[in-house]
Amino acid sequence: MKILGIESASVTASCAVLSDDVLLAEYTTNYKKTHSETLLPMVSEILRMTGTKPSDLTLIAVSEGPGSFTGLRIGAAAAKGLAFALDIPIVPVPTLDAIAYGMAGSACILCPMMDARRGEVYAGLYEFDGTELVILQKAEALPCTEEVRRAEEFAGERGKRVMYLGDGLPVFREEITRLTEGRALFALPQSVTQRAGSVAALGKVLYEQGVVSDAYTFSPLYLRKSQAEQEREAMGLSTEPDELSAKGADL
Amino acid sequence: MPKDITILAIESSCDETAAAVVRNGREVLSNVISSQIALHTLYGGVVPEIASRKHIEKITPVVSEALKNAGVSADELDAVAVTYGPGLVGALLVGVSFAKSFAYAKGLPLVGVHHIEGHVAANFIEYPELEPPFACLVVSGGHTHLVEVTDYGVFKIIGKTRDDAAGEAFDKVARAIGLGYPGGPKIDRKAREGDPEAIRFPKGRVEGAPYDFSFSGLKSAVLNYLNHAKMAGETVNDADLAASFQKAVVDVLTERSMDLVRARGYRKLAAAGGVAANSALRASLKAACDAENVAFFVPSPILCTDNAAMIGCAGYYEFLKGVRSGNDLNAVPDLKLGER
Repeated sequence: MKILGIESASVTASCAVLSDDVLLAEYTTNYKKTHSETLLPMVSEILRMTGTKPSDLTLIAVSEGPGSFTGLRIGAAAAKGLAFALDIPIVPVPTLDAIAYGMAGSACILCPMMDARRGEVYAGLYEFDGTELVILQKAEALPCTEEVRRAEEFAGERGKRVMYLGDGLPVFREEITRLTEGRALFALPQSVTQRAGSVAALGKVLYEQGVVSDAYTFSPLYLRKSQAEQEREAMGLSTEPDELSAKGADL
Repeated sequence: MPKDITILAIESSCDETAAAVVRNGREVLSNVISSQIALHTLYGGVVPEIASRKHIEKITPVVSEALKNAGVSADELDAVAVTYGPGLVGALLVGVSFAKSFAYAKGLPLVGVHHIEGHVAANFIEYPELEPPFACLVVSGGHTHLVEVTDYGVFKIIGKTRDDAAGEAFDKVARAIGLGYPGGPKIDRKAREGDPEAIRFPKGRVEGAPYDFSFSGLKSAVLNYLNHAKMAGETVNDADLAASFQKAVVDVLTERSMDLVRARGYRKLAAAGGVAANSALRASLKAACDAENVAFFVPSPILCTDNAAMIGCAGYYEFLKGVRSGNDLNAVPDLKLGER
């Protein structure tokens, strides 16, 4: 089984080839170029380097979100183009789960975090039972302060420490340090960000559990509606066009 | 007999997700368009984030249907063409990213296509005998250009709008008189009930640039007219206003186009872009061309609005020239006409 992992949810672009239980290749960049320019050249490079033909791939594991809307769509569209051309499935992998999965075996409460803008973070809480990922709090968009409070509460109950990770850290590091009075642990550079190796590895586990999608139905996990839809809903208006058409309103 | 060239084309620059299969540039084997107009009507215009989300949902079903309708399998394709600009960046990225990875997985060459070049190429599909050179008026929601098409994919821009695009003016006026989005077809329909001579609106001229356009003055004149009427407590005849506004736009577009045709001695004038679907503009350009014995070309309305068949046609001629895009092709939201 050959799995191509794709990660482009935020600033990191990453891809990996997992062959059964061997990580054949992983290519991760944290650079200013856009994912649109980097992702496919990176995929092409690791397949070439490992002598893997696109048609050798069994499935595509893609980081589904939450994250940057545009970043998620670049990964999703790339995964769809490949999966459609090769007639193989797509396994959606929750982005924050995959970040935590990179710390498999850790004795900490893991709190991956991404900058969600508007004063919020996309964050989740995890711990490990051996090397098995246990989800304590699924991905949410919420203020950093609230997420840190929850993380520290879990840690207190379990007598553990919290390890913060994810590429939102540079933005929130100072705030977390202040809120935890210095107790917080921060992941080191090699494990702090999203990596497609983790996406592929977790994708394999999920696939074996029956989690599967395809090029037709897969959609990113945005967590938030568009600004325009939020504003309409705040005014108590529908965001579905059918209602207006049904009234026969000629707009 | 040279080998047939079969191209899969993808277009997602604004609010239509479209895919087509085109053979030898001009034979459309399939042309699938998934429109989001109903959704954006709620917001009075295209919402980029909503458009992008729809594209990612629709891209595979639309491409799959295009191949199915054409009776062509992915293995029978010779190339993939995709719109990479201009347009909404988030929307463009869906088509570009999908097209790149599809082409890569199938080992097919990829050709990035300029959206407006696609609009011009729609004429080649409609008229198998049409060949450059010719003069062309490109009018859409985002563009108003008067160009000379000197060869396939080679454009000389002679005039352009200094402010609003023609289609933008239609949208803004439609909103002002409560017709809503999309303004073009709604004004067109309303204008049929009105008198185009009822109100005299100014025809924008740009000092020292005889081929350039300006529509913001016209738009302001319409808004002022509405304000005056409102303050005076008069009711405005929307149909007369729509017809008079439309005439002002159509007259300017027609005059400038014919000026170019005369000045450069063209015997062929083509129109392209979404606004070229406007019935008054088509009639006016046709009448003006007929009067001067100039052949007039305009695609049928379905090929005027955004579609992928036109991208397949433009992509074919780029493909023949040897143009190839790499795996690093990016969306270019402000791509200029004639640039790569």
